[in-house]
Amino acid sequence: MRRIISILLENEPGALSRVVGLFSQRGYNIDTLNVAPTEDPTLSRLTLSTTGDEKMVEQIIKQLHKLIDTIKVVDLSDGPHVERELMLVKVRAVGAEQRSELKNSVEIFRGHIVDVTPSSYTIQLAGDGKKLDAFIEAIREVGTMEVVRSGISGIARGEKFLLV
Amino acid sequence: MENLSGGDIVIRALRDAGVEYVWGYPGGSALHIYDAIFRQDDVKHLLVRHEQAAVHAADGFARATGKVGTVLVTSGPGATNAITGIATAYMDSIPLVVISGQVPSSKIGEDAFQETDMVGVSRPIVKHSFLIKRPEDIAATIAKAYYIASTGRPGPVVVDIPKDMTDPAIKVPYSYPKQVSMRSYQPNERGHSGQIKRALKTLLAAKQPVIYAGGGVIIDNASELLTTLARKLNYPITNTLMGLGAYPGSDRQFIGMLGMHGTYEANQAMHHADVIFAVGARFDDRVTNATDKFCPNATIIHIDIDPTCISKTVGADIPIVGSCKTVLGDMLELLDALPAPDGEALNRWWATIDDWRARHGIYTADRFEPSGGTLIKPQDVIKMLHKVTGGDAFVTSDVGQHQMFAAQYYLFDKPRRWINSGGLGTMGFGLPAAMGAQLAFPDATVACVTGEGSIQMNIQELSTCTQHGLPVKIINLNNSALGMVRQWQDMQYSARYASSVYEDSLPDFVALTEAYGHVGMRVTEFDQLESKMRECFALKDRVVFMDIVVDRAEHVYPMQIAGNAMNEMWLSKTERT
Repeated sequence: MRRIISILLENEPGALSRVVGLFSQRGYNIDTLNVAPTEDPTLSRLTLSTTGDEKMVEQIIKQLHKLIDTIKVVDLSDGPHVERELMLVKVRAVGAEQRSELKNSVEIFRGHIVDVTPSSYTIQLAGDGKKLDAFIEAIREVGTMEVVRSGISGIARGEKFLLV
Repeated sequence: MENLSGGDIVIRALRDAGVEYVWGYPGGSALHIYDAIFRQDDVKHLLVRHEQAAVHAADGFARATGKVGTVLVTSGPGATNAITGIATAYMDSIPLVVISGQVPSSKIGEDAFQETDMVGVSRPIVKHSFLIKRPEDIAATIAKAYYIASTGRPGPVVVDIPKDMTDPAIKVPYSYPKQVSMRSYQPNERGHSGQIKRALKTLLAAKQPVIYAGGGVIIDNASELLTTLARKLNYPITNTLMGLGAYPGSDRQFIGMLGMHGTYEANQAMHHADVIFAVGARFDDRVTNATDKFCPNATIIHIDIDPTCISKTVGADIPIVGSCKTVLGDMLELLDALPAPDGEALNRWWATIDDWRARHGIYTADRFEPSGGTLIKPQDVIKMLHKVTGGDAFVTSDVGQHQMFAAQYYLFDKPRRWINSGGLGTMGFGLPAAMGAQLAFPDATVACVTGEGSIQMNIQELSTCTQHGLPVKIINLNNSALGMVRQWQDMQYSARYASSVYEDSLPDFVALTEAYGHVGMRVTEFDQLESKMRECFALKDRVVFMDIVVDRAEHVYPMQIAGNAMNEMWLSKTERT
């Protein structure tokens, strides 16, 4: 079972290492991890995706709560939510035909070409993980030179907030 | 507001946190703090001979008193030597504050002399840790450290202090916070009232109930409440290794310790129970045996302050997150208005338990051959210790067979009298822990039950006992072998004693003890045991080391058979359930 867990954390030195350490220490997986300070600089917002059975996910959430720096933990996958991941892809783009085909694919996926050289494009794409996978698949013939993914960020839909 | 140096602030903050004693060992990065200790009288420092012992001693002090233990070590090896002690306290939820010196801020990360990332190294074995970044933060951080260590589920907290933070030339205003409040840490003590009512209903409807109480009851000073509740219900009660003394061990309702080396009756009762009332216990693997075969018919009620303990290994049917004290208090208030349990069913249950007791109970049946001549059974040494000390000593132990014999045969009637490393199983714990208990209760009898293996892991502390006048009594069950290892090798490795024997290289413990200025005794005949032990405990002001030669072939029984249900046990070398 894939889960997206969102954590509000004191923006203290060592806080992130405690979260990450917890996962390795207790044998849980982190599939993706994304962290940055919030608009309140004393807080960090961390989103991680993990897989595990129900019992494991319940333990993960309780163990995360137990960390002293943790203020709130929520399992976004419990309810309707929006998840996005940012991807930057560098591809070889040589010749008019290939370049136009790539541009088409980028348009279809509602991405942007953010850097251009005579022989390459750098494409920016945002969406959920499946969309990003589909894009990579779509341009497989061209072949990617480098792919960078940010890991998932997520937020609950509607009137639910994760605040102090 | 008074201006003080960081070093003085550390010690002033300890004083204001109510700390009387600090166990530790000086070194470069901690010297400003040590100088601050030297210039005042409120906080007393006890010098040990190895930092591991400092932590165990503070831990023993904490377990005996319920107060927070305090440790001060230097950076690098001082800090890493403390690690085993910190892990020991963490596993058993013991409140400690460990202050470690660190290299100056400007040197951190440069692989400086005696630099170790203490916050990093200790991360998985602390409740929390802090690295001080400004001298102005020291007092508030120390206040937080004591607050975190002692509230909720207690545990060790590390405060790592770079040397420049305690520089005597830099003075900053000192103020110790009157109250600590943290938005990210608000432990909840009160149990959910609906769950408490559900739990009581289930508990009172039980026909074959068992109360299974652990170390949480002792930590939370809830023994009296638990005892009152158990007596009102007339339910059988078992204690975990960490919970011994939570309910009087010599009482009829006490059915002994449970688990790997638990009594036959306790493990049988658990297995056949219809309701298990778990209080401050964590369904540890040394209790449950195979979790998929654990207590197949039981509805499980589980009180614990730590939500992660609930349904971690065994699912709880009625979980209650809260402190043992408040939840048991709430239960007792509601109890009298509720219908009493089914007396007839309970009588039948007690008859079954009494039958188990009579057949294979370690207290009522002859579980081991009698001592006599040069044959001294380790169990008899513990029984003698109980007799000679009137069952009222603080008993610390190391880890191995002697620990299990002490747990089984010294029937603890009071909480905080049994002090052992249950979770981590740290050999070398017993002697320094005994020093901690003796410091807290100078007039009390403190006995360290140990083996010739464990005692040598921290034997240097005999010197600490001399320096600080800590007259602990050491009961060394000497079988010239790492007994528990040897037992497993007997049972699982066809008696191939890989590195568990060392008879030709053991020291003369009597001479060794005397070299430290203490009294040594060697006992090789069973009929000398009582008189020698009486002589030992009559020497109130002296450290006495009793080196008692016990039966090397003895095993600890009962012993659960791994991978099975709780009630599958070896009862002797040849007899199983």
